[in-house]
Amino acid sequence: MIYRESGDFSTTYQQDSQTFPIRFDRYRYYVLLVLAFAVVPFIINDYWVNAVFLPFLIYSIAAIGLNILTGYCGQVSLGTGAFMAVGAYACYKLMTAFPDINIFFHIIISGGITAGVCVLFGLPSLRIKGFYLAVATLAAQFFLVWMFNKVSWFYNYSASGQINAPERTVFGVPVTGAQTEPWAAYLFCLVFTVACAIIARNMTRGMQGRQWMAIRDMDIAAEIIGVNPLKAKLSAFAVSGFFVGLAGALFFAVYLGAVEVGEVFGITKSFLVLFMIIIGGLGSIFGCFAGAAFLVLLPVLLKNVLVGGLGWPTDLAAHLEFMIVGALIVVFLILEPHGLAQLWRVAKEKLRLWPFPH
Amino acid sequence: MLDATEGYITEDGRKIGGVVMEMKNITLRFGGVVAIKDISFDIREGEIRAIIGPNGAGKSSMLNVISGFYNPQEGEVWYQGQKRPPMKPFEVAQQGIARTFQNIALFEGMTVLDNVMTGRIRQMKSGLFAQAFWKGKAEQEETKNRAFVEKIIDFLEIQHIRKTPVGRLPYGLKKRVELARALAAEPSILLLDEPMAGMNVEEKEDMSRFVLDVNDEFGTTIVLIEHDMGVVMDLSDRVVVMDYGQKIGDGSPDEVRSNQAVIDAYLGVAHE
Repeated sequence: MIYRESGDFSTTYQQDSQTFPIRFDRYRYYVLLVLAFAVVPFIINDYWVNAVFLPFLIYSIAAIGLNILTGYCGQVSLGTGAFMAVGAYACYKLMTAFPDINIFFHIIISGGITAGVCVLFGLPSLRIKGFYLAVATLAAQFFLVWMFNKVSWFYNYSASGQINAPERTVFGVPVTGAQTEPWAAYLFCLVFTVACAIIARNMTRGMQGRQWMAIRDMDIAAEIIGVNPLKAKLSAFAVSGFFVGLAGALFFAVYLGAVEVGEVFGITKSFLVLFMIIIGGLGSIFGCFAGAAFLVLLPVLLKNVLVGGLGWPTDLAAHLEFMIVGALIVVFLILEPHGLAQLWRVAKEKLRLWPFPH
Repeated sequence: MLDATEGYITEDGRKIGGVVMEMKNITLRFGGVVAIKDISFDIREGEIRAIIGPNGAGKSSMLNVISGFYNPQEGEVWYQGQKRPPMKPFEVAQQGIARTFQNIALFEGMTVLDNVMTGRIRQMKSGLFAQAFWKGKAEQEETKNRAFVEKIIDFLEIQHIRKTPVGRLPYGLKKRVELARALAAEPSILLLDEPMAGMNVEEKEDMSRFVLDVNDEFGTTIVLIEHDMGVVMDLSDRVVVMDYGQKIGDGSPDEVRSNQAVIDAYLGVAHE
């Protein structure tokens, strides 16, 4: 009743392979875009932007990056936090070294630099798989964080060891620094998130995505039918690194403004993003958004309900959050390994036939 | 004996071309075990060439040598008139040799359509950036190759499961999807490793029909390993017989059937 595809026929292969083959989905997507770009910026305030929208948008990009590597190409990575740090520090160095260039380009170049670093740490994937590769990327996590702490060139020899985002503008509107309006920061991140999602979707529905998935599902068979495993794996690391680097740069420059690497980009960040794609759904772009929304909104919700509503102490609510997230991950791994995205798919299947099951 | 360039005409009137691939004195060892011992044979364009033999005779190893999965210690592989240097399997595939596996090796998480489209990798060359924006070359290429893949899907009668994830399909259909994936590459040589293993009579008949149709329709050269003697004798133009890593017979099905060494290998010999 609610969800219908009857009367929707694809007559060309282009129509059949588009992102939203069903007309209803397509319209919903356009409506969502219009809302996000034209309505939300006018009604949000500082609290909503900083507590909900910015972390959601930025984590979505990071989750897309990790999902391409882990969900599509099957290479487990525990170095996401460190790769975000690479993006953040690259952005900081670029912002301070070339103040005249627009921040927009700084952020994209930071993504490119992270892609390079990610490929470097992806080289072991040609020899090792699964858990062993995860441990190799764990080495990247600890090494990179240590390096950003140790080598003071990265934070321009500042006494505090922190990096601070100077004020930069896009079209004369500040998007970083203390003067930033909430809506400007929101729109700036939204542009990146939407672009990343479209690019990721295009890659994964085309030949590149098929090569990645072939490597994930059966690497030997993939090689025998002509997939170059070296190119497929390293391109996944590169694309993943690019998105994660973008996310790191935005996280530092637009969201936090000041970063101390061990605190912000530690191993917990790697796990947070990994949990997002597990809960959201491995191998699904929608799942990245679902997972990011879930893990960003859950603490906010718990805090509002438990602390604001019931008057419980803050630390109790924080501990409850850990327990709930942990339990949810176990539940998802057992009951629905494909995450929220699969639940959504199943719900759509059911709704298509509802209320007549046959 | 047949010479390298001239072909021959089969009994049912198909024209077989010159030699497309030649194995010269191939020896393959795993440590001390000799899997293949000094085997030579040729494959001609357009023919259905069977490799038969009892279990452990080295048939699958032979197929793995052809598809580049194993590199033989001795001997040479000549392909399209050139000696083939040691190659990685994906490079062999890029040259136009496609195969199926004894134990199905499909990509379980992907749909049938995506599996078959992956077979088109040799024909799809657009770069990462073109694909990222899905415009121009990337989209044209996708559409063009999709049209070809749909022809294969029609041909093998798997239209109804196009969008089904492969993991959900029954065994017989998976075998057919695997054949479709190999065919999508428009191979010059198609290697089939026991395409009828584990099938009932009806499924075997279907599969045999597809193998013959493929050969007939696309003119594909087919190298086939099979245990069902009836199928082999009916389908193939020429047969290589292997036993304990050695070649004990080579020729038309009738010649092979009357070869004493082959009869001994299959039926056993009384010890005197």
